[in-house]
Amino acid sequence: MEGRITGIAGPTVTLAMPGLKMYDRVLVGAAQLFGEVIRLGPEGAVAQVYESTRGLALGEPAVSLGKPLTARLGPGLLGSIYDGLQRPLPEVAAATGPFILPGSQWPALDQERVWAFVPLKQPGDKVAVGEAYGAIEEDGTRHFLFADRAGVVAATADGPVTLAQPLVELEGGGRLAAMEEWPIRTPRPWRRKFAPTRPLITGQRIIDFLFPLAQGGTAILPGGFGTGKTVLEQAIAKFAAVDIVVYVGCGERGNEMAEMLEEFATLNDPWTGRTLMRRTIMVANTSNMPVAAREASIYTAVTMAEYYRDMGCHVLLLADSISRWAEALREISSALEEMPGEEGYPTYLASRLASFFARAGMVETMGGKIGSLSMILSVSPPGGDLTEPTTQACLRAAGAFLMLDTALAHRRHFPAINWFQSFSLYDQEMTIYFGKEVDPAWAAFKRQAQSLLQREEKLREVAEIVGAEGLQDLDHLVMHTAARLRQEFLRQSTFDSDAFSTPQLTFEKAARLLAQHSAAEERLARGDFLTDILREMV
Amino acid sequence: MRLAEHVYSTVTSIRSQLLFVEKVVAVRMGEIVRVRRPDGRELEGEVLLISNDTVLIQLFGESRGLDTSATAVVFTDSVRQAPLAETMLQRLFDGSFRPIDGQPLFVPETWAPASGFPINPGSRARPQEFIETGFATIDGLNTLVKGQKLPIFSCAGLPAREMVAAILKNARVAEEEGQGGAGFALVFVALGLTHHEYAFYLEAIRAMRSDYVAFINLADDPVVERLMAPRFGLTAAEYLAFAKGRDVLVVVTDMTNYCDALREVATAREELPGRRGYPGYMYSELASLYERAGRIKGRPGSITMLPVVTMPEDDITHPIPDLTGYITEGQIVLSRELHQRGIFPPVDVLPSLSRLMQQGIGPGRTRADHRDIANQLYRQYARGRDLRSLEVIVGRDGMSEADRDHLDFARAFEEEFVHQAGARRTVVQTLEVGLALLQRFGFEAPP
Repeated sequence: MEGRITGIAGPTVTLAMPGLKMYDRVLVGAAQLFGEVIRLGPEGAVAQVYESTRGLALGEPAVSLGKPLTARLGPGLLGSIYDGLQRPLPEVAAATGPFILPGSQWPALDQERVWAFVPLKQPGDKVAVGEAYGAIEEDGTRHFLFADRAGVVAATADGPVTLAQPLVELEGGGRLAAMEEWPIRTPRPWRRKFAPTRPLITGQRIIDFLFPLAQGGTAILPGGFGTGKTVLEQAIAKFAAVDIVVYVGCGERGNEMAEMLEEFATLNDPWTGRTLMRRTIMVANTSNMPVAAREASIYTAVTMAEYYRDMGCHVLLLADSISRWAEALREISSALEEMPGEEGYPTYLASRLASFFARAGMVETMGGKIGSLSMILSVSPPGGDLTEPTTQACLRAAGAFLMLDTALAHRRHFPAINWFQSFSLYDQEMTIYFGKEVDPAWAAFKRQAQSLLQREEKLREVAEIVGAEGLQDLDHLVMHTAARLRQEFLRQSTFDSDAFSTPQLTFEKAARLLAQHSAAEERLARGDFLTDILREMV
Repeated sequence: MRLAEHVYSTVTSIRSQLLFVEKVVAVRMGEIVRVRRPDGRELEGEVLLISNDTVLIQLFGESRGLDTSATAVVFTDSVRQAPLAETMLQRLFDGSFRPIDGQPLFVPETWAPASGFPINPGSRARPQEFIETGFATIDGLNTLVKGQKLPIFSCAGLPAREMVAAILKNARVAEEEGQGGAGFALVFVALGLTHHEYAFYLEAIRAMRSDYVAFINLADDPVVERLMAPRFGLTAAEYLAFAKGRDVLVVVTDMTNYCDALREVATAREELPGRRGYPGYMYSELASLYERAGRIKGRPGSITMLPVVTMPEDDITHPIPDLTGYITEGQIVLSRELHQRGIFPPVDVLPSLSRLMQQGIGPGRTRADHRDIANQLYRQYARGRDLRSLEVIVGRDGMSEADRDHLDFARAFEEEFVHQAGARRTVVQTLEVGLALLQRFGFEAPP
């Protein structure tokens, strides 16, 4: 199908091309820029273009590909670095140099790489839709391949294969291949969804102990600039106890992406000892890359994450930051001259976000396996103001809220998670789990730690009025222990060996501090001097 | 490519600096047009929007004297490009890349689009080479590295320009072995400056005796050119850095004027205003400038950016500093209170930050104990600052001895570590001053 450009406004292009369908993929102009149809009307079809429209001319041709924006899925995704449209960035750089030029199309997966294929079905076996017919060993992950059509196996490959060849011939002419395409805006199906019951261990003491996350759950990390959102996201990406990590740099800094890429290629996964990159897929759409591709990037990422979930993997999707995605949505909406909602954001912001969050979960897959997709999204509220629309829309959908505090960050207390404002809706279930798996006293110690921190806050207010000298000895002890809790337990450096803590170590550390506190309380009750007790406590 | 220029005289309406032209064929987005006034003088413009055969043109200059009948619009079929050659060094240009030093334009060796192309994130090299600025608050606590963008958040009346001038005079790059670069160059972009400020900067630039190229848009120059000047500056910087292998420092002052120009132009285009009237795409717009800083794997050369942002009403949550802080790798925040106490540079280190510091410091780069000293200084100073609010309520006598020590430390830190008047300090001197201060107060010396 061919047509012509009749208008250009910012990242949107109007096309005279009859027969287009909503969300069809189009190639626009002589430069063949990638676009997606987002509106049909009497004036023609409007496409959002994923690259800069500068230099595009009126009357230039446009071609429809007749299908929506898809992600290519198959072995070889792990360890890859893509842009928001799943173009492999290292391959693009090798071909066109260090700057990204408009209009370059690249296959997302290496068609020539040889994989070892193990068939699970022999000739004569029946295969159903969604059933595994074979597996490929991909960097230590068992990559199952599922049939997209039913039939009886006529012939199957065994041993070395490439993505270009069909793996299984079905009787009557059908074929099964290792690579599939999936429209990124359509969630991949599952059989059953479960309520989260197992924790997502992040290795961060404050999260695992006070605000535990769940496998299949969602969490948001809002915070003003300089509160350490990116550093925390990256620390979680390194240390989280999951099989696969999909990391989206959505409208953020290029230098930080470079830093992360270098670290992930050299650091090892603390759980398996393999290089981190071998369990990671990166999607990098930095802030200066086209806005429309930023909008697509989180969908590209979540589709790849769902693909591995369907193999029975526990997958974690991290996005930094969802606010930049919302801003991209606002920019496109404003180019379409849609009626704006709050602060210029389109009114469908909340529903789009909610349906994105809904793609997380612990599920029984179509192939009968148990897999999970968890999400941790950072939010960058303008001016650190949490009442703004994106934060509020996220709050309604997310299961945990880890608020990053500018005051803590200024004091160089990292991670700067505020322990009064943050919450986790998975708290109860996960505390039960930790009570069973780590120590029965988990819940009690946690309550004690929280109460000490709260009492410290109250005492501090009192001290501001009457002066620290006016406090009683017991109050001084509380302030002392709470300060140690903050400095030795909640605070955690990401740059040394302290960066990662197992739940066992986390518990022991908290238990040790609190036991010392209880012992000191008893001595105080017996009449010992506070100064002596404090001196001996260190 | 067209063989001849298209000339239209179908202007239907003129609104502030916008021009509507009808019945245009084959026009290009971003195409440069020349608008011929009835009196024969010409004016440049750029295609902003195309809707069927109606084209909206943004003028680079005043629309005074234009009409709808005799005005002619010449479509050039080219998008805005910057002429590039090393002979542009030691030259001054305006916001449209026209020489303003009385000499003719240099002979371009090549041309590149002013808006540039994004650096492939996979091709970026991690910034990690230390740059010594001579200021303790930057070198010691918020280290700058090659390829970083580190803005200075100032307030009206604070000595940001004196600070920039001192950095220009004192900055030294730690040379890495075997990386024979072609030397240092400065790209200076002045946006909406008064003549007084401009003269100050020009003197500082000439005094530093290294290569420079300047793009000057003064307060009374066309507002639209204010949006182009940093783009030309950065295109020149990319050429010098990545084609010629130089370490380029880009100083842009003042970004607040840039954002106000953006708001002015966006409002004239009747776009939907966002926070405080600034357009919703200001984040992407600023990112398209700031993100051009960096280094590229396997190539010598780097672009380091020091933009100056004046915070309106001293408010760090104002959209301009706020969006800047979300894009740049940290910020240096100046404080009015320190300035009033005569401290120079008046850097408030608590809200200041350098995100790339961890890579630039430590053994082999600065000194092994750098991180420990910096952390310790931060911790003790933050404690002292917290206690100041307490001091106001209970008075100094009501405080414990330890607390009084912290108060004294905070004051000494400001007066001895932060304050250095005109003196340049090497990073080793900076660390020694910090260490001596910590030891004097008996704060546990770092291991």
